[in-house]
This record gives sequence, C-alpha cells and structure tokens, in this order.
Amino acid sequence: MAQVMCLAVPVRVVSIEGDEAETEIAGVRRRVSIALTPEVKVGDYVLLHTGYAIGVVDEAEAKETLKLLEEIASLSEVH
Amino acid sequence: MKFIDEYQNSELARKLATRLAKRSTKPIRLMEFCGGHTHAIMRYGIRQLVPRTVEMRSGPGCPVCVTATADLDKAIAMAHLPGVIITTFGDMVRIPGSYSNLQQARAEGADIRVVYSSIDAVEIAKANSKKSVIFIGIGFETTAPTIAASIIKAQKEGIENFYVLSLLKLTPPVMKALLELGEVKLDGIICPGHVSVIIGSYPYEFIPKNYNVSCVISGFEPLDILLCIDKLVEQIESGQPRVEIAYRRGVKPQGNKKALELIDEVFKIDGADWRGIGIVAQSGLRIKQKYEHFDADSAFQLNLKPVKVPKGCRCGDILRGVATPPECELFGKVCAPEKPIGPCMVSSEGACAAYYKYGISYE
Amino acid sequence: MNDTILLAHGSGGKLSHDLIEKRLLPSLANPMLNRLDDSAIFKASGHLAFTTDSYVVSPIFFPGGDIGKLAVCGTVNDLSMNGAKPLYLSLSLIVEEGFSISELDHVVRSIKTAAEEAEVNIITGDTKVVNQGQADKLFINTSGIGVIPPGIDISGANAKAGDKIILSGTIGDHGIAVMSQREGLKFSTSVESDCAPLNKLVAQMLDSSPRIHCLRDPTRGGLATTLNEFARQSNVGIVIEEDKIPIKEGVKAACELLGFDPTYIANEGKLVAIVEPDDAAKILTQMKQNSYGRDAAIIGEVTNDHPGRVIMKTKLGHSRIVDMLSGELLPRIC
Repeated sequence: MAQVMCLAVPVRVVSIEGDEAETEIAGVRRRVSIALTPEVKVGDYVLLHTGYAIGVVDEAEAKETLKLLEEIASLSEVH
Repeated sequence: MKFIDEYQNSELARKLATRLAKRSTKPIRLMEFCGGHTHAIMRYGIRQLVPRTVEMRSGPGCPVCVTATADLDKAIAMAHLPGVIITTFGDMVRIPGSYSNLQQARAEGADIRVVYSSIDAVEIAKANSKKSVIFIGIGFETTAPTIAASIIKAQKEGIENFYVLSLLKLTPPVMKALLELGEVKLDGIICPGHVSVIIGSYPYEFIPKNYNVSCVISGFEPLDILLCIDKLVEQIESGQPRVEIAYRRGVKPQGNKKALELIDEVFKIDGADWRGIGIVAQSGLRIKQKYEHFDADSAFQLNLKPVKVPKGCRCGDILRGVATPPECELFGKVCAPEKPIGPCMVSSEGACAAYYKYGISYE
Repeated sequence: MNDTILLAHGSGGKLSHDLIEKRLLPSLANPMLNRLDDSAIFKASGHLAFTTDSYVVSPIFFPGGDIGKLAVCGTVNDLSMNGAKPLYLSLSLIVEEGFSISELDHVVRSIKTAAEEAEVNIITGDTKVVNQGQADKLFINTSGIGVIPPGIDISGANAKAGDKIILSGTIGDHGIAVMSQREGLKFSTSVESDCAPLNKLVAQMLDSSPRIHCLRDPTRGGLATTLNEFARQSNVGIVIEEDKIPIKEGVKAACELLGFDPTYIANEGKLVAIVEPDDAAKILTQMKQNSYGRDAAIIGEVTNDHPGRVIMKTKLGHSRIVDMLSGELLPRIC
C-alpha cells in the first residue's frame, strides 16, 4: 500500500511566485511548480502530479459534467 | 474536496449503474490502460456496478509493472556504484529484479531515497555535489513533461551531478501494439485521464478508424468512470466508434501545449522494452543529445548479469489482458503483497495488487 | 554546563549525575525516583500488567507532540488496552552525542506533562550516550506496570459474533502530522498528532459497562491492521462501514495528495473497542463525554461469516476486503 502514481489531485492556487505556486486543498498546503501551466491564475484549480501542476481544471466543464450525470441518473428512473 | 467529492455521490452512482444495465444488451469487453484507473476500478467496485454484459480487463497501464526486468536490474546495478544516490518513486523499491530489488540494495548499504517529485531529486543533487544523483524516470506522458521540466531546471542552475535513467513510455503506441497482437478482442478502451490532459484526444483517433474500437477518456472518481462506460456502451451499441472525452474538466482535445513542448525539447522517441510484450517500436522516450549529460544510460558503465524471470509469474499475460490475476497459479498462494513474485502484485496500481486488496466481494 | 550532550554524560561519572539530578529529576521527581537506587521498590497486588515499547519517531518534534509525550502515552495506553490502571513507568534514554540540551529539556518537560495527565509516576530510568551517527538524535524506551481490576478480562481473542465495534475518534491524525514534518514532502497542514493518554477514557468506559471484550490502540498499521488482528485472534469476521469512520478533512486531503489509504495510518490517541451489543449505546455515550472520545462512533460489528477477514462496506455500497498492511507504509512513525 504505497503511492498511486497516476494520481493528479485538484488543488486551488493561493499565490504565485515565479514558476511556483502555493496551493491548497481542504486546509492542506503544498508548493508546486507551474512550469507546465504558466498561464494559471490565483483562484484557479490545477491538477497536481508529482510536484507539478499538469493542467488547469475547467470549472465550467466540471459543472456541465455534473449536470450530465444528474440528467443520466434521472433517466434511469424513466423507462 | 472540490472536484473530487461531487463525483463520488453514491446515489448517482447507483442510478447510473441501473441505466447502464438497461442500455447494455450485448456482451462487450473494455480495457483500461492506466494504473490509476485499474486502482480506482477496483477500489470503487466498478465491476460490481456494471452489468454482466460488460467485461473489464486491465491493460499495461501501471508504469512500474511495465518496466522490463532488464531495466530494473540496471537501476539496481547503478545503486551499487560508488558515490551514487538513487532517487525513485516509492513503488519501485520493492519490485523484484532478476537477483535483487532496490530495498535489498538499500539494506546492503546503497543510498536509495524515495521522492515524490523529480524536483526533489534535483534538490538532493544540489545538496550532495560530490555524489551522482540518479533519478529512476518511470512513467507515461503524464510524468514525462515533469521530468523534462526538472532536467531543464537542472540545466539552468548548472547542476552537473543529476542524472535521469529514462524508462518513460508512451500510451498510444502500446495500445496499437496490443490491438495488432489481437490476443484479446476489445470493443472499447477506457482511455487514461491524466495522460490525456497532456496529449489530448487526437492521438487516439487511429483506434476507431483502423480497429473499429471505441475510445472514451475517463476521469478517476467513480462517477467519472461510470460516465465513461456509459458513453462507451452507447457508442458500441450504436455501432459508431469514435474518440470522446468524458473527463472534460481536465482534458482538452489539443492537450497541454506547453507540456508537449517540454517533452519535445528534452526527449526523442525510440523503441522501449515493455515487460510482457517486448520491444515496442516508437513507444519510449530517450534523452536527446542536447541533454545527454543528464542521461544515466550514457554516463555509467555497468556489468549486468543475464536477466532471469521468475517461473510461473504471469505478469506479462496479465499486462496484455490475456489473463486475469486469479488465473495465475501463483496468485494469492505463492504471490501476495507481503511476498510478491512479480511487479503486478507490488505496485498499488498493479492489477494483481488491486485484485488482491479489493477484488473479493462478499454479497 | 554545555549546551549539547557529550559522551561523558553517559559514562556514569560526574556529568552523568549532573544530567540526572539537574535536568531529569527536577521535572520527574517523586519519592520512589528520588531515592536513585538501582531498582525502584514497590508493593502491588492483584493481576499485574507489564508492557514495554521503544520510540524512534522521526522527527522527534511534530505538531501536537514530541517523542517524550509519545513515550509516556504509548506505554500508558498499552496498559489501558488490557483494562489495567497504569501505575509506574520506567524511562530509558539513548541520546546521540551532540544532541541539544535545550531540546532534551523540552522532551523531558513533555514527559512530565504527559505523566501528570495520566497520573503515573516514572520511578526508574537510565541514560546512555552513543557516538554521533550511532543513534538518530534520541531514542526512548518506556516500560510500564499496571493493575487490572478484578472481573476484567479484555483480550483480542474475546470478540463474539454480534458484538459492536466502536472507534474513539478520527483516524490518521498522528501519521499525517508526522509526515508533514518530513523533509522533501513540502506540504503543510494544521493537522496535529492525536497523541494522548487514554487511561481515564478506558476507566470511564469500564465504569459504564464491564462487558468490553477487546480494546486496542491502532498505532502502526492503523485501524485496518488492528481490526485484522482482532479478526485473526478471535477467529471471527468483521464488517465495518466506510462512511461511519470519522476522519478530518485535512487528513483526507493529505492522503489524496500523498496517495495513502487513511485506514493504514498510525494513530496515537485512539482506541478500538469491541463490546457486547446491548451495551454499545451506553458505552458510546460515556465515551463522548471525555475529550478524547468526543468523535467516537460505532463503525461496524463482528460476524461469524468469513472468519479472520475484515470486510468494508464502501460508500458506493459494495463490499471489499480490508487486508493487513503489507510492506512499509510510513517508517519511524512512532
């Protein structure tokens, strides 16, 4: 029972200093490199993998996905 | 936790499962190519939630598991060189090589440190200028740009004692290799989520086009995986295979341009040796000549003994999806997490470990 | 006096005596220890419990505690888990040459505070000093003696089908607090170690009902390992529900970041109790009145099915095996 490698955890960017950012998830803070996501802004959520932000979470798409899930779920009761 | 908790809603999961059962009318086989998916599918009991018509097989998605024994032997040999510090991701430490493993090498006096990031390895190099710090670079396209960035950082900071043993591998080429082998007939592929954050969805287009197999890119929470399977079932039932992104909050069709540039700056594509499959053309990353001074392969001379594979170990078959863990005679009896024979039982993303830990259900 | 520990502090000569009399005795003083004889002498009758533990936690200072507090609480708790009232502790220090005396003072103060809270006396001890590099700062061993009140029979082998399983509070706090201080992990959190003496909690539990069959503190290997130990010792099956297990958001998040499963992470101020089903509710109520039991919850029950195995019903409704920890999760966590 050790680390899971493909893991990329969504964390919130609290501040940015050069090519690093201070991020936070449920009160836990971690310093990460934003070398792969230089366009990131404070307040964005990024996917954290082995010390690097590998992508910015698209919050609009996240909402759409949840809506889609709920739609599908409601259909399960119909027919 | 935002972007995690909402996708674990058990009530929604049950409803999705119900709908899947109604939609899936014929037996189909799906395969995931990502260790994180293998782990999540087992942890969340996805196999118990999907209808009996959907059979799920694990593919070669665990970066530790697909590392060839010869490469692991190389890493262990490097560990024994004088003045070397080996830095590695945790799971590698217990994987059995031909004669030993890194944990044993550590007990024999080798300096082996577990790190969570290649950046940590660079910092260890900075703090130990008289030693050679070798980072065991396992991973797929998710990890490749991070290692590239660390090499570039080391270059910028003039660090001369940092080396990477590149064992990085690429996902679409191994998908092609398995489809060409044709040992296991697949109807759909659960495409890796975080690899796709980097490479986007275009690299998978050849799969529906040339092999008629559906591809949907999935996230890692239970609702993500169920949504992915729902889309795969829809494609397969309607006979319209294509590439779709279910993990839309993370993956864009064009991927992460900056990350792809970093990979291209530091690495070139070459053949790679995959456990259980052998050499797959154009499926690995080697360090370019421009950064050769970071390449552990060129920097260190090794005397390697012939490779030995443990008898009876079916990791190779399991990685190709040809066998499931319980079909291996050693599973659970001789090979278990506390006394593993092959990597699939050691790594938390390995199919055997996942099956052993989460697999048996009691209704 | 110097500001670091020298080899001479362990040689038995003047510096050794100074160390004991000026730095250890003032904090830990009690009539038995003050005599400074080769052995401590006391009378005790009844069923005695005796335990020992060594503490090699790294780093020695962590949020919520330090190696000293751990050394007292760990041994007090081991005695309490058999229902014993802890009486006396021994304290043995192995110090690395060069260790800071002010840090040693800090650790000794923590030992004093913890011993006072637990109402135990340290009545005998030893200090040794080893060359630099031959110990990592400070190792501590404590042994403890307690008395088990008549009529109490608590053992890992006593679980019976139908028994309820109570967990005294949130899991994973200690392990995550220690990990947050480890070099190279670069994460910070407000999670603190839950390190605490549980003897009074146990006494209150036993007051409310003597029908407590098993007690254990889930230290190394976490909740999962402790439950597996019970299942094997008693040859019964255990079923627990994932969403009943109390866990802090910060611990959950740290586990996500590090890729750990919280059920395998060490706890140093929690206990798992297996109790007669009819008494479960009243024991739980009693526990919640103690500050170390305020998050207590019934997390599962014992069954005759799948003896020796622990099964968890997940949030998604399916059941999966919870195995014992294999391999090394977090080295030097206690």
